[in-house]
Amino acid sequence: MSILIDKNTKVICQGFTGAQGTFHSEQAIEYGTQMVGGVTPGKGGQTHLGLPVFNTVAEAYAATQADASVIYVPAPFCKDSILEAAESGIKLIVCITEGIPTLDMLVAKERCDQLGVRLIGPNCPGVITPGECKIGIMPGHIHLPGKVGIVSRSGTLTYEAVKQTTDYGFGQSSCVGIGGDPIPGSNFIDILAMFQADPKTEAIVMIGEIGGTAEEEAAAYIKKNVTKPVVAYIAGVTAPPGKRMGHAGAIISGGKGTADDKFAALQDAGVKTVRSLAEIGNGLKELTGW
Amino acid sequence: MNLHEYQAKQLFAEYGLPVSTGIAVDNGPDAKAAAEKIGGDKWVVKAQVHAGGRGKAGGVRLVDSPAEAQSFAEEWLGKNLVTYQTDANGQPVSKILVESCTDIAQELYLGAVVDRATRRIVFMASTEGGVEIEKVAEETPEKILKAIIDPMTGAQPFQGRDLAFRLGLNSDQVKQFTKLFLGLAKLFEDFDLALLEINPLVITDQGNLHCLDGKINIDSNAMYRQPKLKEMHDPSQEDAREAHAAEWELNYVALDGNIGCMVNGAGLAMGTMDIVQLHGGSPANFLDVGGGATKERVTEAFKIILSDTNVKAVLVNIFGGIVRCDLIAEGIIGAVHEVGVEVPVVVRLEGNNAELGRQVLSDSGLNIIAATSLTDAAEKVVAAAGGA
Repeated sequence: MSILIDKNTKVICQGFTGAQGTFHSEQAIEYGTQMVGGVTPGKGGQTHLGLPVFNTVAEAYAATQADASVIYVPAPFCKDSILEAAESGIKLIVCITEGIPTLDMLVAKERCDQLGVRLIGPNCPGVITPGECKIGIMPGHIHLPGKVGIVSRSGTLTYEAVKQTTDYGFGQSSCVGIGGDPIPGSNFIDILAMFQADPKTEAIVMIGEIGGTAEEEAAAYIKKNVTKPVVAYIAGVTAPPGKRMGHAGAIISGGKGTADDKFAALQDAGVKTVRSLAEIGNGLKELTGW
Repeated sequence: MNLHEYQAKQLFAEYGLPVSTGIAVDNGPDAKAAAEKIGGDKWVVKAQVHAGGRGKAGGVRLVDSPAEAQSFAEEWLGKNLVTYQTDANGQPVSKILVESCTDIAQELYLGAVVDRATRRIVFMASTEGGVEIEKVAEETPEKILKAIIDPMTGAQPFQGRDLAFRLGLNSDQVKQFTKLFLGLAKLFEDFDLALLEINPLVITDQGNLHCLDGKINIDSNAMYRQPKLKEMHDPSQEDAREAHAAEWELNYVALDGNIGCMVNGAGLAMGTMDIVQLHGGSPANFLDVGGGATKERVTEAFKIILSDTNVKAVLVNIFGGIVRCDLIAEGIIGAVHEVGVEVPVVVRLEGNNAELGRQVLSDSGLNIIAATSLTDAAEKVVAAAGGA
């Protein structure tokens, strides 16, 4: 078991023939992901990377019965791409693109909810179930099939956590980048609920950052619903208020969204927090006794 | 991106919303001429900076003659205004807004934001206008009235009426308020706003609603489709180094420490600053060099970091996921060479070919210290900068 994706997940790619879509689809195929085709409007009928290209997601879905679509199209076109995928019948959309206007995401997220479609991202590295399926831009080789579920708002911080859990030999059940935008398709709680229900996941690493209140909401959820051990790290203790720290969602505004508030909420929920990002693996070891 | 008050009011006027007659000027004689053109016997003159708290800082004045408007303009133009929202240097004043004076019977608050928790545009209105709304929200949250906008249907007239009746407005004011509410909602969506605030929204002596101030913040992700707002951009209100970095698509935020940081990824960049502090150091900046970390970008990043003369050492922290670390190492060496970096540089490379990367750095003969782990890197850079 794992969450969201496994070796049976069939994946198509939107923006398939572009530079990003091509590079990361090649990497995914090499990793063993069941890529079954891609979509580039106007290039339907062609073959790319040995796979069929379709003009629309609906055609691609009809022909392949894909379970998931990964989106690499440029930000101005992402709302359209997400809505196209959501309307096609595909149940999981992973949007990697950074820089999508917030108002576009309000509509895209709402429509996905109405249609019962799970959206991961945008502005995220994607989702991986090590050894089975990789959807996104994360380096596959640092992962190890195992028992830790990782959920994070940051790409490179996820890689740090992955590397540490691999070095300790714990491995990962699945890793989910929920992305650094203010309006994510899925939030911590959505993914925590899946990890709690997944028998393969024995412990959870949660990586947050300044901005918004998603970590505080997750802390309240953990307190009530999560029985598995959770280690959390929050980035941005040194971030000044009112400044956007790279990610669109990483900003302390009106005194809200500080790292200290988030650490406090998580500690209150019984989560083991680590103040150094180099201590995530060690924190897990201490907490679980592995 | 933020707009100046005069720019926000220009947009309000275009949407048919009630604002004072006003003219923005950049010199004293024009301020006098503007007051004469507007007419009347009282004017409000306002220094235009991207910060609140201007009134208390002396940046807003009520004047009785065009000559006084001129002297106010000459007093402020070219100077910096320091308010509780700016840093110690303040923000440069390059425009003065001259406006007709409005008689105020009551001050209200009206604002809108994209609320992350509900994933909706939320309008907030309050009878407690003219003061810091964060304070009102904290101390008397029941005085903040809300209208939540469904992204599929948009703002509806009934929501405006509902807010207006709850504010205790009379029937004519309810009509004015509803029109204002719908206009602002349209403006919010048309211009991809992140935040909109009218504080205060006043009721005049004649009983009419009037937007006395205007604050607008725009979603920077949407700037590509807002050419009109792009023209309104005033780079003088931003940190010069941050603006320069943005030209290179580097995310840079200046801090007041002495350890420069260059990192790939926004989360890791924050985490790197935090670990520097945890080991007794003080970060000089946030800088996300991006996924590629090519020689060109690293070179430019070094230039920006070193333009801060407080920097005593630099920590480069790269997690090379897909890119090979030995290639990144060569890029760093090239950049250090080209820029002529004189402070010690500690480099932590992780990922593909990390060991080879460290070897390349050690063999370079430059003042580069290769770290074996993130903790090691933090300790080494703190020591290199002169200790904790």
